[in-house]
Amino acid sequence: MAALAEARVEQVTREDLVMFVNACFSCTGQREFYGDARGQSVSIEFLHQYILGNYRRLYARTLAAGINHFNQAQIILNLLASGSPADARDKAEEGALIAAALRALPPQRAFRVLESLRGRRINNRRARAIARDYVHGRANLAFDAVKYRSKLRAAVSHGHLKLEGELGPFLFRGWKKRSFTQPLLETFRRAHYTHEALYELPYTVAEGLAVKHGISREVFLRRIEPRLTAAERLRLQESAARERGTPPPVDLGRASLTKLALYVLALSPEVRRERHAELDAALEQAAARVLRRAPSPLQRVAAILDNSYSSSGSLEKRRRPLGVALATHYLLSAAAREYRAWWTCPVEEPLLVSARGQTDIATPLLEALAWGADLVVIVSDGYDNDPPKAVAELTRVFRSKLDPERHTALVHVNPVFDSEGYAPRSFGAAVPTVGVRDAEDVPTVLGFARFAEGVALLSELEAYLASRAGAMLQRDAGGLQGHDEGRRQDAPPVEEGES
Amino acid sequence: MTDARLIQRLEPAGLRLAPSQVWGGIRLVPVLRDEVRGDLRMTLRTYDDVAAVVSVKGGLKEPGLKYISYVPHGLVMTWGNRQAEAVYGTQLQAVDGKSLKAGPFSIRLLHRMVHREDRRQLRMLPLHLAMEGFLSLQFGGPEIAWAEYSREGLSRGLDPRSESSVPGWASPMLDGALRTFEIHPQQVGLLLFNADVLLSAFVVAHPDDYRALHRTLVEDFYGDLLLQYGFLGDAPELGLTLDDARVSSLEDLRNEVHRMRQDWADFHGFMAGSLFGASMSSTRVYKAGGFLLQRFHTSLDPAEENHIGEAIVGTDGSLEYLKTYRLSAAQTRRAYLLSQLAQCDWHLEDTAERLRTTASDLSLRLRNAGFGYLLKDSVLEAAQRKHRR
Repeated sequence: MAALAEARVEQVTREDLVMFVNACFSCTGQREFYGDARGQSVSIEFLHQYILGNYRRLYARTLAAGINHFNQAQIILNLLASGSPADARDKAEEGALIAAALRALPPQRAFRVLESLRGRRINNRRARAIARDYVHGRANLAFDAVKYRSKLRAAVSHGHLKLEGELGPFLFRGWKKRSFTQPLLETFRRAHYTHEALYELPYTVAEGLAVKHGISREVFLRRIEPRLTAAERLRLQESAARERGTPPPVDLGRASLTKLALYVLALSPEVRRERHAELDAALEQAAARVLRRAPSPLQRVAAILDNSYSSSGSLEKRRRPLGVALATHYLLSAAAREYRAWWTCPVEEPLLVSARGQTDIATPLLEALAWGADLVVIVSDGYDNDPPKAVAELTRVFRSKLDPERHTALVHVNPVFDSEGYAPRSFGAAVPTVGVRDAEDVPTVLGFARFAEGVALLSELEAYLASRAGAMLQRDAGGLQGHDEGRRQDAPPVEEGES
Repeated sequence: MTDARLIQRLEPAGLRLAPSQVWGGIRLVPVLRDEVRGDLRMTLRTYDDVAAVVSVKGGLKEPGLKYISYVPHGLVMTWGNRQAEAVYGTQLQAVDGKSLKAGPFSIRLLHRMVHREDRRQLRMLPLHLAMEGFLSLQFGGPEIAWAEYSREGLSRGLDPRSESSVPGWASPMLDGALRTFEIHPQQVGLLLFNADVLLSAFVVAHPDDYRALHRTLVEDFYGDLLLQYGFLGDAPELGLTLDDARVSSLEDLRNEVHRMRQDWADFHGFMAGSLFGASMSSTRVYKAGGFLLQRFHTSLDPAEENHIGEAIVGTDGSLEYLKTYRLSAAQTRRAYLLSQLAQCDWHLEDTAERLRTTASDLSLRLRNAGFGYLLKDSVLEAAQRKHRR
């Protein structure tokens, strides 16, 4: 009886954790096609509190599981808000994980976390130490002070941090009146009075000052161009082309895979057809780069990609499910030895795909199974409506009657979080569902899929999370050393991540 | 003149039903057309006026029979191959009727429910056409001056006759359902169920037209049940199962999935059984080229579901356009009472006998149905006294 209860407890723990990690892969608290933002944020907040309260150590280790930035930030805040654990080893590990995760976040997100400490009134010794270490570990704090001024200021005042040199006075006292010896701070001061200095500032800061000076958008965009980061260039392509005729030159080969896919989907079909070779090459390059970082050799892979109307996403996540599907297409075609893709509404050319039509996954799934794939990846939001719940039935019968030995692996990759189910919507028990935010994470989540399937034991899951946490801490330690050696006074403009 | 193409029984020839999509209590069933002829196209014409006054008889600004309603949009149909490639929104639109200023509001005056604008172009007011037909049932009133009827009832008939309905945007669920609905590529129509009762059917001839008109469904009007059943729980998201025993290969699995689709279509056909397959009485409204525009109503028996609607039938008897409205119970009762009266030449005693009741009860029923103005006050008072006793 006791053994039974124990087994049940283990199962519940495992299911809870899988659900949570899955949610953390996909949910960002933003509006989805079927669910509103409020429902999403309430749902994910509940999950965080539930896991924090019940499985604290695993909650902290989830930071290293490759989850998206939104949930990393949430975990950091929740951990800092609830005091430190009693056990000394846990305490040390948790602190190291928080610090490492914070350092790995894109700077705007990390500073946002520090600012939220003030918003949520979290001010314990550990939180102050974390904020202090992060701020002092920044390579070019003067640049941060200019670009993320209000956030840094919030962190400094809330955590009683001491800043060296002119930064303190710059953030808090009369920066309008005095002059600075540090060049960037002085540039920022001068930019309030002269146009010339403005163009040496980061784009986001200069943008507001340009409005203040009444500089026309066209002139501003032309002259600020050298200061644009790659992400800003990509983001400004359309609007800059509208304002001044020519978009800022962008090296598509350097953009990240999912962002590139989203950029391609935002172009009109005519443009996509015209620039087909260029875009295609850029996407392939991006996919190859992802695979260099996380090699995942696959054999005979079939992808079923959902381009139904619901993959158009929402106002907040425009075309993201479709973008993830397109990016996954390129990623898998680069990773697999043999590869075939089926779209739910067939398209002549993957680059010309658009979100249209109903979700008929059963037909392409049957074709993929007939083709004899050994891995079938379904990228979909989980709403199959032609016919409803056909995939669940189809895969159940396929598993039980045609493939009981599991020659063919089925994985459902879901970029959409279903707030009512507290997890990405699944296609029934026969297909493991994993959440994903960027296609770059697909190799990671494919590794996680065996836990979602429910065959792996809790101890394996714990070992998996522990090893990921260990790897993250090691990476962080290595990064810190490398950082110290290669620290430069004049850091290049920071890349902005968005996941 | 009787036309063989007047609908006796609504048959969805050439159309098939796809599995439903559910949002809250609303279930939307796509109607697909495999063979598109492309010689009948519909486009939308919007009217931004608070109300429209349609002259059913007589000129635009002359006294005569008028139909007054909120009309957010009309449909312009063109036929023949000339316009086949015209895309929604690309045609120049003629001025339709007249717009009158009434303080901050504007009122649209329109000529007839169906108005020929060009050799191959017709403007019609969707569903209002059917509703006007419903309102004008027995509109003339008593033909013999029986003593019970009021002077007004004898001289003016049912005029003014009114019915109320619910606009689509009154139900927040409907908006969400239409927004999240995934339109099939061959889709030409939609069956709208609320709490799994059929409220409306809408079918056009061409998939592109349907795609353009899809979101206008939220502006159309529906029966009371849209609100009345709007507070019931969510419609169940049904799921059919596959039979394990019949599967031994991938081909079997494919057949089973095909059978599942067929089952869905049959099931939705069954759910819409009160409309498709029910007997209708239709009247011809307009003959446009080879197309026959008609309006129809079902039996108007209070014990059954009743729909009114309009349809266009092509030369080969195919259903090219359909729009229906589900009558509420009270609306059915009114139509039923009027038809019973008309069948007995408006004689109260005879009708009461036919309905197995007394004349005084019938007068009260008429008053409760909203037709008190047809009867003399003295008759109603007497009936009420009798009822109280």
